[in-house]
Amino acid sequence: MKRQRPVYRIPKLNVIPIARKEFRQIRRDRRALGLLLLIPAMMLVMFGYALNFDVKHSALGVYDEDNTKTSRDFANLFFNSEYFDHTYQLHDSREMDDLLDDGTVLGVVVVPTDFSENITSGSEAPVQIVVDGANANTATTVLGYINAIIQQYSSNVMAKTFSRLGGQEIQMPIDLRPRIWYNPELRSAKFLVPGLIAFILTIAAVVSTSLAVVREWEMGTVEQIIVSPAKPVELILGKTIPYTIIALISTVTILLAGYVLFDVAIKGSFLWLFIVTFVFLVGSLGLGLLISTVAGTQQVAFMIAVIATMLPTFILSGFVFPIRNMPPIIQAVTYLIPARYFLVALRSIILKGVGPSAFWDQFLLLSAFATLTLAASSIRLRKLLQ
Amino acid sequence: MNATIRTILEIVRKEFIQFRRDPKMFAISFIAPVFQLIILGYAATLDVSNIPTVVCDQDNSSISRDLVRKFSSSGYFTIVDDVRRLNQIDQEIDDGKASIAIVIPEDFDRNIASGESAPIQIIADGSESNSAGIGMSYASMIVASYSQKILIQSLQAKGLASRIPGRVDAEVRVWYNPELRSRNFMVPSVLALLLMVMTMILTSLAIVKEKETGKMEQLAVSPIKPYELMLGKLLPFLIIGVIDVILVVLFTNVVFDLPIKGSLVLLLGLCLEFLMTTLGLGLFVSTISRTQQQAMLTAIFFFMLPMIFFSGFVFPIQNMPPIIQYVTYFIPLRYFLVIIRGLFLKGVGMAALWPQTMALLVFGIGIMSMSVFRFRKRLG
Repeated sequence: MKRQRPVYRIPKLNVIPIARKEFRQIRRDRRALGLLLLIPAMMLVMFGYALNFDVKHSALGVYDEDNTKTSRDFANLFFNSEYFDHTYQLHDSREMDDLLDDGTVLGVVVVPTDFSENITSGSEAPVQIVVDGANANTATTVLGYINAIIQQYSSNVMAKTFSRLGGQEIQMPIDLRPRIWYNPELRSAKFLVPGLIAFILTIAAVVSTSLAVVREWEMGTVEQIIVSPAKPVELILGKTIPYTIIALISTVTILLAGYVLFDVAIKGSFLWLFIVTFVFLVGSLGLGLLISTVAGTQQVAFMIAVIATMLPTFILSGFVFPIRNMPPIIQAVTYLIPARYFLVALRSIILKGVGPSAFWDQFLLLSAFATLTLAASSIRLRKLLQ
Repeated sequence: MNATIRTILEIVRKEFIQFRRDPKMFAISFIAPVFQLIILGYAATLDVSNIPTVVCDQDNSSISRDLVRKFSSSGYFTIVDDVRRLNQIDQEIDDGKASIAIVIPEDFDRNIASGESAPIQIIADGSESNSAGIGMSYASMIVASYSQKILIQSLQAKGLASRIPGRVDAEVRVWYNPELRSRNFMVPSVLALLLMVMTMILTSLAIVKEKETGKMEQLAVSPIKPYELMLGKLLPFLIIGVIDVILVVLFTNVVFDLPIKGSLVLLLGLCLEFLMTTLGLGLFVSTISRTQQQAMLTAIFFFMLPMIFFSGFVFPIQNMPPIIQYVTYFIPLRYFLVIIRGLFLKGVGMAALWPQTMALLVFGIGIMSMSVFRFRKRLG
């Protein structure tokens, strides 16, 4: 591309004039340009603050049928727990239905009448836990909290009794020492910010170019292109360059916002981050151009772009839903989503700080994707121009 | 009056002719939603199972192997590798081959036999915070119950067998979704998202398209009144939307084996109500944009993305900061998600859903009148 002196029949590519023209056109629509430059960072800020999976501020109900000193001690553990914001005291079993139906509480702990008797006599004391399973993810977490409280109660009672009996202190035989790497406080922001970056960039890139070619048709400027000496490859490259620059600028603002506001620092190499992002952007812009050459009208281009990127990238890229939990056929489908590869590389570089050994295969696939979309859109465009 | 209806029908006919002429529009409007529903519905699951786990059992005694077996037979963990040296774990987790590592140090067996506390370490890859948190809580449950088993065995050996106080047996019952499949929760939500996306992309270019291609001038000088044009534009999309509703509800029911616990009539009625708000929002976008590109960007970034993220689709609203929680009240999808989950999973009726129904109604009327107002101003 940079070659100044054409060797034999390798022609000089007229990319720069086309890129310049495209730039001018983008600049004219101030709102669109502003949207493309600023919106990605704004989205990141908004969503980064708002989104997390942590199950906080949830409420629980406790129905103590036993109502003895022992059962009240047990119930108090739930009332004083920091896992739950509110704990409602139930006085009637029918209350349970209402509280769960209208979503006031996520779960109810029922302490049956023979609880204290069972506890002191040393037999198993059944306790009933009812959880709202509608949101399975939240329910699992709530169950984990409740189980932890019960476990804590059990070991307390055991330890107390034995120290009273024999004086010797009893401890649990296994001492679990959990350690969490890369994100010790398990902050959702750290998990979600790289995902948001991949998601927002995909949409911004595909959307920004998906109208680029088809617009010329609808506006009637395509005749000028046909009579101009520009080749399809030059047109495609010329249309990609300005948008790549815009997208790179918005990537930088996104990363800065992530660092300043969410403390998501880039642990790995900046160079690799740049290379991977660049290849991904070129591929996504190429996908947008491909859509643009296939669509026929701006409306159809818009619809294809949204349908092909928005929900699939959100759901199939591993952004929030772990790919390994999907059924095998759907896992196969996720290989069609380029954001999937980008996301693995992003998380490796930003959060883990590891080198290309962890994502070289992803990088190769991204490069293949970029080559494929650019080539396919050039071929499509050649057909259209004839 | 008759003339009005005739004019509207004429516009509807013209729109349908245009629609029929483009086979891509047909495919996008009717085949894409069904396709997406099936793929996305199967994909959208937060269930944590088969977490790839690497084991570093330096003790390698019968008791340590027994503990590892407890992990692998739980269904939550899949042992992908067995390593000897600690630094091999780094590599596996760095490369993403394993998300959890179990480290059992050398004298595990001896510590337990001597009654001392035997440490074991679980390492989780926190870059996937949700899976890591849930995996950790599964791991601690497994270890705690195993620990308790050992304790009770050793006490029994000392003759303290029958009287061990404080044993609480938790009997868990899960309502609405007994197998705790997140799919049951997600599929109705995916359905709602799809309806929102489909209807908004149909209408958000509807008017700006005419404007950009210069047909608006022709319409402005024609005797067609603004509201006639508006209705004529809207009706075809409403019809497409209704067909989409029927298609996706049908496929949800058949493919995902997810029966509608509430009333089907109520479900279809409330879907229609939701369609009014999203079609209205699309039209509104169309009236405030000058070019199709602007309309597209506005629709995506200011309407669709906030709807996806702030509606409570995967991210619970109660976790959001208070200011954002107020913002979510302006997200119509928020109300519709409550409605559609209530109808599919809980089987509730109007008695529980009327606040959401009212909110959607207010939205629908509000946004429709706003776009008619904007539209009138543009033509005038």
